[in-house]
Amino acid sequence: MAAFASIRQGGLALLQRIESLFDAFFGPASNPWRHLGALGFHFLWIALATGIYLFAVLDTGIEEIHTSIEYYTHEQWWLGGIMRSLHRYAADGLVIVMLLHLLRELLYGRFNGFRWFSWVTGVPVIWLVYASGIGGYWLVWDQLGLFSAVASAEWFDWLPIFSTPATRNFLPGVLTDRFFTLLVFLHIGIPLLLLLALWVHVQRISRADVFPSRSLAGGSLLMLLALALVKPTVSHGKADLSNLAPVLHIDWYYLFIHPLMYATSPAGLWAITGALTLLLLALPLLPHRKQGPVAVVDPPNCNGCRRCFADCPYGAITMLPHPDRPGHELALVHPELCASCGICAGSCPSATPFRSVEQLVTGIDMPQQPVGILREELERKVAALSGPAKVVVFGCGCAADAAALEAPDTAVIRLICTGQLPPSFIEYALRGGADGVLVTGCREGSCAYRLGTRWTEERLSGGREPHLRRSVPAERLRIAWADAHEMSHLKAALENFRENLQRLDADARRPRAYNPRRTPRHG
Amino acid sequence: MVSKSPTNPLVLLAQILFYGLFAAIIGYFSTSPDYTHLEPNVSLIKLSFSTQAEPISECRERTPEELAKLAPNMRATKVCPRERSPIRVEIMLDGNLLYEGVAPPGGLSKDMPSTLYKRFEVPSGEHLLSVKMNDNVRIPGFNLVREERLTLKPAQILVIDLPKDREGILFQ
Repeated sequence: MAAFASIRQGGLALLQRIESLFDAFFGPASNPWRHLGALGFHFLWIALATGIYLFAVLDTGIEEIHTSIEYYTHEQWWLGGIMRSLHRYAADGLVIVMLLHLLRELLYGRFNGFRWFSWVTGVPVIWLVYASGIGGYWLVWDQLGLFSAVASAEWFDWLPIFSTPATRNFLPGVLTDRFFTLLVFLHIGIPLLLLLALWVHVQRISRADVFPSRSLAGGSLLMLLALALVKPTVSHGKADLSNLAPVLHIDWYYLFIHPLMYATSPAGLWAITGALTLLLLALPLLPHRKQGPVAVVDPPNCNGCRRCFADCPYGAITMLPHPDRPGHELALVHPELCASCGICAGSCPSATPFRSVEQLVTGIDMPQQPVGILREELERKVAALSGPAKVVVFGCGCAADAAALEAPDTAVIRLICTGQLPPSFIEYALRGGADGVLVTGCREGSCAYRLGTRWTEERLSGGREPHLRRSVPAERLRIAWADAHEMSHLKAALENFRENLQRLDADARRPRAYNPRRTPRHG
Repeated sequence: MVSKSPTNPLVLLAQILFYGLFAAIIGYFSTSPDYTHLEPNVSLIKLSFSTQAEPISECRERTPEELAKLAPNMRATKVCPRERSPIRVEIMLDGNLLYEGVAPPGGLSKDMPSTLYKRFEVPSGEHLLSVKMNDNVRIPGFNLVREERLTLKPAQILVIDLPKDREGILFQ
């Protein structure tokens, strides 16, 4: 267990460095490493779209199928040939990004706790991608297709499920046109099942990242197109049931299982694939950090504004008619879906610390770190600050460790997720005596709770409610995203921010001081 | 900090490099390296059949007492066993044993066809192939025999089958 965790941490540090490097050239929104799932969907759509054309021009007769593919590969290369190559390379790209997506989620530890559903439902997706892809090779009905069909049949014949061995279908004189008609239906049906499985896979998350940014989508499509022109997909010779092609140019992304089977045995391949599948399915059962208490709704303070409903990354909140206020709604938290991230608390308009109530209670809150306690902690820490440039740092528990920045002139408020921060806390800190506020957390795409970084950026830039008031001077706020390995980056950002604050004129614009006037809560 | 504008030449170059590398990885492993499925000068012999063998015993006539115990509509005079014989196989190549095995009948009542699929890689060239089978336990030894001198070309597939309707062992 310790070795696994250690390897995972090492791998994650490496991955995050690569992701940071790509951020510099692509930006987080178009960084392929941060949108592998979306890129996978993109490749799947390309394969499906090109597949429609290929299906239209395919002749499924046993004698004609290879000829028809050869025709549009060579005679109609400018359309059919390019479509075929795009179909093939998009399918190959899908395997690459799917496996990288799996590896990335594994390294980030996103396979247990509230993530278990997405992880487990991703496992059948792998099988369906391979079933879709391998079946496509049979359809070409060249020597490679025959090899793959026979090898697959030999593999499945090991299971006691056929009364007549499937391999007998590939003996001379047995095959008919109907076989290829069946294959076409399978090659359409299995990808449709794959789409269904993907729909289930993203059910537990809201705003699933299934469409890459325009530049990433365009770039990857152009890449496939260029590859299709430089290296068009071609067939082997026509399938011959009496002669094998001894050397094959196999597609290792899909067909590696056949050499693996011949290097071991059908039973060996079942053992390998079965063990890997079981291992993936069992990963969520590994001991892991216990999830914190889920969000709690306080009906008297919930005005049914729907912001928590809109911002929850896991669709754990629904709206119901308010039991006491006709015409109003009330948020309802589904505990089994809640990830305990606190993003809902950050979205609640009643979470403003400027409220004069003695005991600050919000419409929706986290029992382990209520907004009222957060306000008290902020007031206490700001009051204790000293130095020429007093800075409050709001950080999250998943990114670079902001707590390490704690100093006499630096107060650190550690949140569950940066998305838990109601923007008004920034103004409250400045008006309470801080010279500047630094907000940090995971980089976009690394956020342990998916949308915390994005929502925080949008709230602070005024693009999302609750927004930071425009009266807050921009020069007194700094955002510095830093993943767990980027502590030095965070320290440098803080130092730079402090220097900037010190250079500000004594008369520089700063929010009016605020002295809380508390009144007992009226319930 | 690098400007992420696509007009920045450094950004453009980095993106072209990435997409180029990605395309190269997709393109290379989609056909390479070559896989040698069969070594040069090797042929393949496949033994494949799915055949219902003979019953394990003869059919017999029911005695009048047995018939009387049956319902009137069930009084067939002849009764045959459901269970089929296993099929014994022995293959010799140039006088050497290539394979020896038994294909049991399928089904819970052992009344289904016996099936077998094996593949053997053999050197190409001229061989004396002798295949013997027994699909009837009531007959000692092998009741189905075929021996032939044949020439296998490199990468050629020879199938040994036992089609029930062709009366014997088939080489194709």
